[in-house]
Amino acid sequence: MWSGRQGRLRPVGCVVEELRCRRREREAALRKARREQQLVSKRLLRDDVLEEVEGGCVAKILGEAEIQQFLRLAQRGTEEKERERALVSLRRGLQHPETQQTFIWLEGSIRTLVGLLTSSQALLQLEAARCLHELSHSEQSAVAEACLPATSYLLTYLSGHSSDFIELCLYTLGNLIVESEAVRRQLLPQGIVPALAACIQSPHLTVLEALGYALSQLLQAKEAPEMIIPSVLGSTLPQHILRLLQPGPKLNLGVAVEFAWCLHYIICSQVNNALLIYHGGLSTLGLLLLDVAGAVQRTEDAGLELFFLQKQPSLLPEGLWLLNNLTANSSSFCTSLLSMDLIEPLLQLLPVSNVVSVLVLTVLCNVAEKGPAYCQHLWPGPLLPCLMGTLASSDTEVVGQSLELLQLLFLYRPEAVEAFLQQSGLQVLEQHQEEAQLQDRVRALQKTALHR
Amino acid sequence: MQLPPALRSRLVGAPGAAEPLPVQRDPAAGAPPFHFAARRVRFPRDHEFFEDGDVQRHLYLQDVLTQVTEAPERPRVPEFTCQGAGCCQVFDTLEDYEHHYHTLHRNVCSFCRRAFPSVHLLDTHILEWHDSLFQILSERQDMYQCLVEGCTEKFKTGKDRKDHLVRRHLYPADFRFDKPKKSRGSATPVATVQVLAEALGDDGEQSGGDAMEVCSEHAAPLPERVGERRTYSHRIPSTICFGQGASRGFKSTKKRKEHR
Repeated sequence: MWSGRQGRLRPVGCVVEELRCRRREREAALRKARREQQLVSKRLLRDDVLEEVEGGCVAKILGEAEIQQFLRLAQRGTEEKERERALVSLRRGLQHPETQQTFIWLEGSIRTLVGLLTSSQALLQLEAARCLHELSHSEQSAVAEACLPATSYLLTYLSGHSSDFIELCLYTLGNLIVESEAVRRQLLPQGIVPALAACIQSPHLTVLEALGYALSQLLQAKEAPEMIIPSVLGSTLPQHILRLLQPGPKLNLGVAVEFAWCLHYIICSQVNNALLIYHGGLSTLGLLLLDVAGAVQRTEDAGLELFFLQKQPSLLPEGLWLLNNLTANSSSFCTSLLSMDLIEPLLQLLPVSNVVSVLVLTVLCNVAEKGPAYCQHLWPGPLLPCLMGTLASSDTEVVGQSLELLQLLFLYRPEAVEAFLQQSGLQVLEQHQEEAQLQDRVRALQKTALHR
Repeated sequence: MQLPPALRSRLVGAPGAAEPLPVQRDPAAGAPPFHFAARRVRFPRDHEFFEDGDVQRHLYLQDVLTQVTEAPERPRVPEFTCQGAGCCQVFDTLEDYEHHYHTLHRNVCSFCRRAFPSVHLLDTHILEWHDSLFQILSERQDMYQCLVEGCTEKFKTGKDRKDHLVRRHLYPADFRFDKPKKSRGSATPVATVQVLAEALGDDGEQSGGDAMEVCSEHAAPLPERVGERRTYSHRIPSTICFGQGASRGFKSTKKRKEHR
C-alpha cells in the first residue's frame, strides 16, 4: 500500500487545519469503536490512474435495470471490448453503497459475477474481481456476506501467478474477513490458512503486504485465540512471518508493518508463545527493534524527537512496559541499565506524562529492589532531585510509586536520607499527609527519616 | 531524551554483558504499608493499554496517517499481440498481458490444452484425466485427492471427492474447477471445436464458461457458440481435426501440411 496504488483521500482544496480536524474526528471514532469492540477498518485498492484513463467523470448510482443490462452485456456480449466496458461501468457504479445494495438484492447478480470471476477471459476475470473488491469494502455486513459464493475461487486464485490479481484477491478477502464472522466460519474450512501459507512464499512485495493485511484481519477476530491462531501456529506461517521481519537491506517497511501486527495479535492472545520463541522470534524482534531505533536516531535532530513522540504516543509506554518486563526478575538487565548509564535518560522522560512517570518509576523500583549493590549506583546522582519533583505531583499514582521507590532507597542506601532532609523532603511529604491512599506510606517514611 | 553517546557502540560491539551485581534483599522492602513487588505484566488483547496502538493501526489502514505519494505510472506500450498458442488477443499494457498470460497460457495441459488457475489444479487434472496408470490404480485404492491444499484425504471416485469438498470444506456444489471427467469416446467433432473455442477465450456460456469444462455437457447454447466461433475460425481451417494430443500454434503449420 505504500506504493500509492490504493484509494486515497485527495485533499484537493483542503486546508491543513481541516485535515487535522478530520483526523481528530477519525481518532475519536476509532477509540469509541474499540471500547465497544467494534473496531473494523478496511482497505480499498482503487487504482486512481485507471480512473483517470476511464474518463475521470464521477460514477453515478446505478438502478436495477442498468445493473441488469451491464451484467447481460458482460456475460453475453459479442465483442470482447464491449463486455469489458460493461463490467467497468458496473464496477464504477458499485463504488456507491446504494448501487451495492441494489446489486446484492438482484436475483442472479452474484451468481453471474462469480461466473465472470471464473471466466477464461482474463480481463473479464480481473474486472469481475474488481467489482467484488468494491463490494467487499462495504460497511454493511449483508453486502460482505453476499460475496460468500466467491470465496472458494478467491482462495483458489491465491495459488496462481498473476501478482496483481492475487493482490486484489487478498485485499478482497481481508475486507470480507473483518466484516463478518459468517465469512470467517466459511473461510477456515475452505482452507484459508494453508492457502496463505503457500502464498506467503511469493517474492512479490505487493502480494506480501496484501497477505499480511488479510492475515492481520483474520488474527484480529474475536474468536481468533480459539478458532484461528492454533491452526496458524500449526502451519509454516510463523517461520515465514519471522523471515519477513528480519532486519537488513531486504526489509520492506510496508510488508513488515503488516506482519508485525500479525505477530502482535498472535502474541497477546497467549496461545503458544513458546513456539514463536522456538522459531527465533525474540532475537528477530530484538534485532529489528535495534535496527529501527538506530534508523530513527540517525534521522533525528534534537528538536524533532518530541515531535516524533507526539506522532507515536504509544511508543513510550510500550517501550517502558518492555523495560519493566525485562528488569523485573533479572539482575543482569538491571545491571545493564546501570552500566550503560541509562538511568539519567530514563529520568528525562518523567515530565512527559503521568502514565510515563509511573512506568519510569516502576522500572527504577525494579532496579532498587535488588538491594544495596544496585542502590549504590542510584545515589548519589540525579535520582533524588527528580524524586522530589515527582513527589510534588498532583497525581496519586505518581506520588504513590515515588513513595515506594523512596522506601527502597532509604532501606538500601541510608545515606540518602540526609540528602533527602536537606532538600526539604519532609515538607514535600507533608503535602500528602491527608491523602487516604498515601498517608500510611507518608507517615512511615517520615518516621524513617526522623529516626536518622 | 539524550542517550549517552557511547551507547550505540556499546550495543553494537559489546563483547558481553557485565557480570550482574549481587542481589541482596531485605524483608522490610515492600512490606506494609508499602506494597511494591517487581513483576512482569501481561496485558490481554482488549486491554486499554493497547488502545493508542490500535488507533494508530486503524488510522494507517484508513490511510489518514500518511499522505500517499503519486501513483506510479502504468506504462502504456504500443499494441502487441499475444504470442501464445492459437491466441490473437491484443494488449497495450503489460499488466493486462501478464494476467492474460497467467490465466490462459501458464498452466496449460499439454494433452488437451485446457488452462488452469494453478499448478496444483493442473497437476491434479493431468493425473486424473490423462494418466492411464491412475485409472488402473483408482480401481483398487482411493486416488482422488482433495483439492484443498493442506487436506490429505483421498477418495475412491470424483463424486466422493466432490461430496467431501461440499460437506467438509463448504465448497459450492458447482465448483468450476472440479468438473467430472466424461468417459472416453465422447469427444465428438462438435465437442472438440468447442474446446478450441474455449481455449481461445470464448465463454458465451450462461454460467460464465470455463476452459476446464467439458463442453458436451452444455448442448443448448451451441448455436450461439458457433456464431462466436466465427470470430476466430479464420485462423484455423475447419477441416482440421484437433483430437487429443494435437498441438496448436506454430506447430500447427506443419500439421496442416500433413493433413492436406
